[in-house]
Amino acid sequence: MTDRVAAIAGVAESDLGVVPDKTYLQLMAEASHAALAEAGLTFKDVDGLFSAGGDDYAATMRLGEYLGIRPDHTDSTNIGGASFVAHAGHARMAIAEGRCQVALIAYGSTQRSQGGRSLGRTGPMRGPAQFEQVWGLPLPVGAYALAATRHMHQYGTTSEQLAEVAVATRRWAELNAKAYMRDPITIDDVLNSRWIAEPLHLLDCCLVTDGGGAVVVVSAERARDLPKAPVWILGHGESHTHLGISSMPDLTVTPARWSGTDALAMSGVRREELDVVELYDSFTITVLLTLEALGFCGPGESGEFVRGGRTGPGGDFPMNTNGGGLSYCHPGMYGIFTLIEATRQLRGECGERQVEGARLALCNGTGGVLSSAATVVLGVA
Amino acid sequence: MAAGRLDIQRCRACGEHVFYPRGSVCPHCGSLGLDWVTASGRGMVHSFTVVHRAPPEFAAEAPYVVALVDLEEGPRMMSRLLGADPAAVAVGMPVELSISGDPPLPYFRLRRS
Repeated sequence: MTDRVAAIAGVAESDLGVVPDKTYLQLMAEASHAALAEAGLTFKDVDGLFSAGGDDYAATMRLGEYLGIRPDHTDSTNIGGASFVAHAGHARMAIAEGRCQVALIAYGSTQRSQGGRSLGRTGPMRGPAQFEQVWGLPLPVGAYALAATRHMHQYGTTSEQLAEVAVATRRWAELNAKAYMRDPITIDDVLNSRWIAEPLHLLDCCLVTDGGGAVVVVSAERARDLPKAPVWILGHGESHTHLGISSMPDLTVTPARWSGTDALAMSGVRREELDVVELYDSFTITVLLTLEALGFCGPGESGEFVRGGRTGPGGDFPMNTNGGGLSYCHPGMYGIFTLIEATRQLRGECGERQVEGARLALCNGTGGVLSSAATVVLGVA
Repeated sequence: MAAGRLDIQRCRACGEHVFYPRGSVCPHCGSLGLDWVTASGRGMVHSFTVVHRAPPEFAAEAPYVVALVDLEEGPRMMSRLLGADPAAVAVGMPVELSISGDPPLPYFRLRRS
């Protein structure tokens, strides 16, 4: 196990769901304020900035301007939804190098209020995207559908097995007052929901909501007197294998295979020691592929692995305990919410959805179209 | 495309075929030096999806089949399957190039092997 170098000191979400009267910058600012307050800190303490998304070419430059922060370390790495999990690892590295003491990771989006989910790009086609755009594949869902078809062909994975993920995750959302969709669903409900791009039904797909989140990471020195127990970043990893789905080397292997291996090796934690996992669930297939890539089961075995509500409340593999992107919120780049939920689980703050005695957690973000992945292992003393 | 064929690249150093076209660097071996060759037009369905909720500009055509096709020469490309009953499409089926449309595009059709 590595030395205790950097810890999550504060986490917060902004308003979630449908928030028509705030910009994404406001959502980021409000989440950031709350996360810092939880850590007993203010914007004046922040010397490292991490963000992605939004309207500007450098998310941190906009965020810094908006909040009045001049960082000594800045990172606008954008690898899609995995970005913020990667940022957590980057924050640990920057802190380890003494480049900053208090790192603020922030995200916000009003994609819901601005007009719903993107189905493809408009405007002139250029570059490699032209070889995909012209065919009318709705993105990102169509790309994930292609991956699901392949997994079903290669391993016999069924729609029912995909649906198990949606059903179990909804059961966690029932226990989370902040979740957007909380009515119970059955496997049949998922299978009867309308086709989006076969084999994915509506209920195989994440929500489209507004929302923002923030995570504050501090040095070991700053972690010595925090209002809440520090959640240590014990290991991290990141990788990407492609951008467009046509170029994905193997439709059944996400880069979590490498990011997860690196994060676990660095942390010295064994998979069996993990108490709870938060895996970005853009689609049900994303979860199945991630479970395999992270080595929780072998290739093709994820359908069997999730059978019988195993990942839901009361099961022996608690996963996506906030209700995930499928049922809790999904403003577009979900990764930061894996960190927020894992932190709360490790602090014992999750009330009805608390995993008893949780001490070690793994967060995995996936970005693009199974293109990128970032993994962190978190732990409390 | 206008000439009715699909040209792809092949690396002079390692002999692998390349799609989508790169300027000059082979993504397989990293060498400089790609030549243009004409593809046979034969391939296989690597994966596919039947699109129901289409982007607005394609909505009138839905449902339609978008596929990833493994060309005989090796590379994978995206395309649409023309003239196929979506329920009859399966991974592994052989397909052949069917250039059509204005501007002409490399569609594919199921091939009787």
